Amino acid sequence: MSKLTQMDTAEITPEMVKEHGLSPEEYDVIVQRLNRAPNYTELGIFSVMWSEHCSYKSSRFHLAKLPTTGPQVIQGPGENAGIIDIGDGDAAVFKMESHNHPSYIEPYQGAATGVGGIMRDVFTMGARPVANMNALRFGEPDHPKTQHLVGGVVAGIGGYGNCMGVPTVGGETNFHAGYNGNILVNAMTVGLVRTDKIFLSAPSGVGNPVVYVGSKTGRDGIHGATMASAEFDDDSDEKRPTVQVGDPFTEKLLLEACLELMQEDAIDAIQDMGAAGLTSSSIEMADKGGLGITMNLDVVPQREQNMTAYEMMLSESQERMLMVLKPGREAEAKAIFDKWGLDFAVIGETTDTGRLILDHNGETVCDIPIRPLADDAPKYQRPWVPTPDAAVLSADQVPAPIDIGEALKKIIASPDIASRRWIYEQYDYTVMADTVQIPGGDAGVVRVHGTNKALAISTDVTPRYCQAGPLEGGRQAVAEVYRNITAVGAKPLAITDCLNFGNPERPEIMGQFVGCLEGIGEACRILDTPVISGNVSLYNETNGQAIPPTPAIGGVGLLKDASKMTTKHFKAEGDAILVIGGGVTGHLGQSIYLREMHGREEGAPPPVDLEMELKAGNFVRGLITEARVNAVHDISDGGLLVAVSEMALGTALGADITVDDANTPLHALAFGEDQARYVVTLAPGDVTSVTKAAEAAGLTVSATGTVCGSSLTINGCAPISIDELTELNEDWLPTFMGAE
Amino acid sequence: MKTAVIVFPGSNCDRDAAVALERATGKPAEMVWHGNAELPDADLVVLPGGFSYGDYLRSGAMSARSPVMEGVIAHAKSGRPLVGICNGFQVLTEAGLLPGVLMRNADLHFVCKTVGLQITNNETIFTNGYASGQTINVPVAHHDGNYFADDETLDRLEGEGRVAFRYTDNPNGSARDIAGILNDEGNVLGMMPHPERVVDEALGGTDGSALFASLVEALQ
Repeated sequence: MSKLTQMDTAEITPEMVKEHGLSPEEYDVIVQRLNRAPNYTELGIFSVMWSEHCSYKSSRFHLAKLPTTGPQVIQGPGENAGIIDIGDGDAAVFKMESHNHPSYIEPYQGAATGVGGIMRDVFTMGARPVANMNALRFGEPDHPKTQHLVGGVVAGIGGYGNCMGVPTVGGETNFHAGYNGNILVNAMTVGLVRTDKIFLSAPSGVGNPVVYVGSKTGRDGIHGATMASAEFDDDSDEKRPTVQVGDPFTEKLLLEACLELMQEDAIDAIQDMGAAGLTSSSIEMADKGGLGITMNLDVVPQREQNMTAYEMMLSESQERMLMVLKPGREAEAKAIFDKWGLDFAVIGETTDTGRLILDHNGETVCDIPIRPLADDAPKYQRPWVPTPDAAVLSADQVPAPIDIGEALKKIIASPDIASRRWIYEQYDYTVMADTVQIPGGDAGVVRVHGTNKALAISTDVTPRYCQAGPLEGGRQAVAEVYRNITAVGAKPLAITDCLNFGNPERPEIMGQFVGCLEGIGEACRILDTPVISGNVSLYNETNGQAIPPTPAIGGVGLLKDASKMTTKHFKAEGDAILVIGGGVTGHLGQSIYLREMHGREEGAPPPVDLEMELKAGNFVRGLITEARVNAVHDISDGGLLVAVSEMALGTALGADITVDDANTPLHALAFGEDQARYVVTLAPGDVTSVTKAAEAAGLTVSATGTVCGSSLTINGCAPISIDELTELNEDWLPTFMGAE
Repeated sequence: MKTAVIVFPGSNCDRDAAVALERATGKPAEMVWHGNAELPDADLVVLPGGFSYGDYLRSGAMSARSPVMEGVIAHAKSGRPLVGICNGFQVLTEAGLLPGVLMRNADLHFVCKTVGLQITNNETIFTNGYASGQTINVPVAHHDGNYFADDETLDRLEGEGRVAFRYTDNPNGSARDIAGILNDEGNVLGMMPHPERVVDEALGGTDGSALFASLVEALQ
């Protein structure tokens, strides 16, 4: 300890420990493991590594129960992103991550750096990002902050992704009062890599140079990870300085420089500097390699003067990478980074000590064992109580509308159903010239460059279902992703999860977490979509008010022949319509109809029959592969009538639908959210054979119809003009944002 | 026919342009780093879209002063064809090879969508594969695509047939719906829409193909 700096010898007080988000018990563990009190820098390092954000201390126990393996999985959780095999030596790399807390405080930069961070996770592994997605949750439209947050987040996502030249091909957006105090910004990136060019974060050799590349380190974002691990209160605006500022131009250069270097065999290990910056990147790499690391902080490229070791280690300045090079490769690596105008500095080396040793201004400012920092981080089995079962609401407990058409008009223009065009037209979705299905469909689809294969990507979760029944909600989130990917003709291969919840120290919140995870795990097992990466965001609460449980799921599927892809829009007058899948009860509990027409959020969510989802998915995908259907759309929010409307919107083609079920009220048939269903259109001559095949597969054909005219009719009820529906659907969001 | 695509730091449609050029010519395009003072011998040079230098300062302003621009300007002065797409158009105006400026979109938002373009002049080496007055569908994706020049310049551009494309539904506030213009000699084209993104039926259309085909025709 004799060589420690004056400032670092300041005695650690209980206040300091508390400010660092550590409990007194956790501090005691640090003292035990070090056999001494930490200095201030070391305390900072422990605090970020043991923050919820970095350590998953509340969630690890439950995450371990998720299925993460399968023949398609090349890399499961634990690396910068997960990787799946898509054949022919190609692999898809993907992950979804939250940037909730910063986006609420500073929406443009919060969202932008969220996108930047997730793209870095993907290209760190050697992959070129080829598609971005997002899952956004905002407060109710009438809340004074909502419009400002929507505008800032959308501009931030676009500002970063567009500059990077990576298409944003889809996403989802919800509005609900439960997010008034904590919005959710979840960003997903999918990249492509050759299976023999994958880069991991575990260094293999001792004495290898540790290299810092990218932007310089500033004082921005210090304690971002700790902020993301705490609740908000009325003073949260004061946390603005903890939000980082993005520079997508530098990240574009960093992407190209890294990919150029990755063509050579010079990198031993690589890790991006995301949350907890230099601290977590160096510690995680050393830990994975079972090594130690020494670094000389004097040579870290710095943007500001007189930065302390503490500041440098905790900075979350963006657009930085840490690499371990193979010995003797420094010059060629430096030449590439020089070409791209980026900083390149050898700042240390790997050691066999198992310790993190930092020197600054000629003194050792940190000397701690790595194992306790990473692997031995605290892990809590937090107490939890299961969410009480909600009573099933029967159709006759929900009043019918005076007019089905008027109800549809209201729902089609409601915040959660209205067109997202105003959002996605601010994202470049055609750059890279491989986008074969643009936003607005069931899934975004991008071709694997230079091939006829394509990846289908969807992000989904229905928080109101998760709130009412976490287990069913967890199942449903995976099932909806599965259906959306299936509806374009792709086979779902794997998922990433972004688990957004409230304060895990409250047993009811932990109960939501446990329930959702159980549902997700079960669905992933049955639908054969292992979880290959993910992120947990807890403490999404303000003044004790938690967000609805929101485990966003991002899924990726493979279309072996992109020319077989389907879209949801009606194609031709005279096509027959079939609704194929599970049986129908007219489930209105937790439905959009119930909420929009009656202002009620009640009842149990619709039950999810995962075996039925599997059967229906395989059957519909088969129809698509055999080119027997012309349009396909899954049924989700808003039920059958909304799904059929969405197929008609913008096409000028209408439909006449018949549901032959005398026992269920029409409004429940029209707007019930029973799961495992698809609407398909096909040549009239194929109706008999497809119906027979569906029934032979154990599926139900629950409605039939014809694509015809320019309005929508269900069971002979008054026709509803498609033009009018289109206008209502398109107008809501621009009108809402218009007063910006 | 030899083609070259200039790569500036922050270009992000360079690959898209190269793919479209190879599709049209059957030969790979040469990718030229902005730091090269000399341009390789090429019949056609493309300045691609993207956010060169992050659009910091002004879109295209820094790239217009890149070392490679000396060669690009010489190429243009020699009468050989030069196309600037999106950010490339911005670079051409900043380099003084085309008149006018591209300001922030009128509604201040980035805009990505497929727009209708009317072929205003099909008697150019870039557009003679189209019919005069034909409407084609091509995506735009930009934040600074609002074309502006003084009335005198606009009158001259129109009078001399130097407006190559007009928007049928103006997405960005451009003066007189201008989407693409030519230089005085007719060998330099700048346009905000992305023809290189619509050269493949799988991507929703091939309305951009005739532009590249026109150039191949003119240069062979």
